[in-house]
Amino acid sequence: MIVRILGEGQYDLSDDAVSALNALDAKVESAIEAGDDPGFHEALAALLDGVRTAGVPHDAEALDSSDLILPMADATLPEVKDMLTGDGLIPG
Amino acid sequence: MSMWQRISLIFRAKANKALDRAEDPRETLDYSYQRQLDLLAQVRRGVADVATSRKRVELQVNQLTAQSEKLQGQAEQAIKAQREDLAREALTRKSGLTSQITDLKTQQVQLQGEEEKLTLAQQRLSAKVEAFRTRKETIKATYTAAEAQTKINEAMSGIGEEMGDVGLAIQRAEDKTAQMQARAGAIDELIASGALEDASSLNQGDDIARELEAMSSQTEVEAELARLKGGSAPQAIEAGQDGGEILEAEPQAQTSGESSGEQK
Repeated sequence: MIVRILGEGQYDLSDDAVSALNALDAKVESAIEAGDDPGFHEALAALLDGVRTAGVPHDAEALDSSDLILPMADATLPEVKDMLTGDGLIPG
Repeated sequence: MSMWQRISLIFRAKANKALDRAEDPRETLDYSYQRQLDLLAQVRRGVADVATSRKRVELQVNQLTAQSEKLQGQAEQAIKAQREDLAREALTRKSGLTSQITDLKTQQVQLQGEEEKLTLAQQRLSAKVEAFRTRKETIKATYTAAEAQTKINEAMSGIGEEMGDVGLAIQRAEDKTAQMQARAGAIDELIASGALEDASSLNQGDDIARELEAMSSQTEVEAELARLKGGSAPQAIEAGQDGGEILEAEPQAQTSGESSGEQK
């Protein structure tokens, strides 16, 4: 699977690695729902580290779209909330 | 649906919207390529803008540091002149500058971070745009318009995602730079208005420098006076002594007057 970390680029991850990281993704999401700012930053950092560790950078010249997209490392909770509603943050 | 699935779906929806705009597949390719080049130019401008802001902050850090060193020197000068009040004032002003310098240095690091991020974004986009150009030419040469659609969609969604990512990076860098520029502007105004200059300028206001200057010029004036008087300085002391003698001598004079009167 191809996972993009916004502002960083794409990584190739095995399906198993992605399944393993799903728990961390859920943590980020519940922190967002709870409005738990420290929890959100901690969970997001853990998730991004997991992707970087388990993945290898995807070919820079490939024109493949990602299966999963993650917020940038310095994203704020409100920014990710906006991202999830699809307005404002993502240009296009 | 998980967070990362939702974000990727929103990205895809945006990329597809861009696709729908053109009707002829070949036009889509050229139109998209043009937008990619525009975006590349925009990132380059972004990198340059952030670099300019960073340099401006660096300049301010240097200006305020020089100011702070001046105040330190004044404090030392004031202590030598046994003016603790002036030294305290200089150090108080210096501590005000120190917090501003710390703040500016944090901004400088943040701007440097944004500059690096945008530079990397530019490199990534550049590689993808070049790949797209090659793919575009291949698609045009190999497939008929009807056959090309699927290939085009693939290439477009891949580059569309990258463009969305880079566009987001530019937007964030611009927002951060704008915030910092507003603050940098305030500091520039402060420097230009002389509010900071006052504290160390030698010919303004009734402040530390002015007082130190006044004190040192007073000392210089005294020394100069003494020099001009030359040998008269000891005479002045003698004159004082004479005065004392006169006072002491007065009763004597009176006595002598009386005695002279008596003598008359």
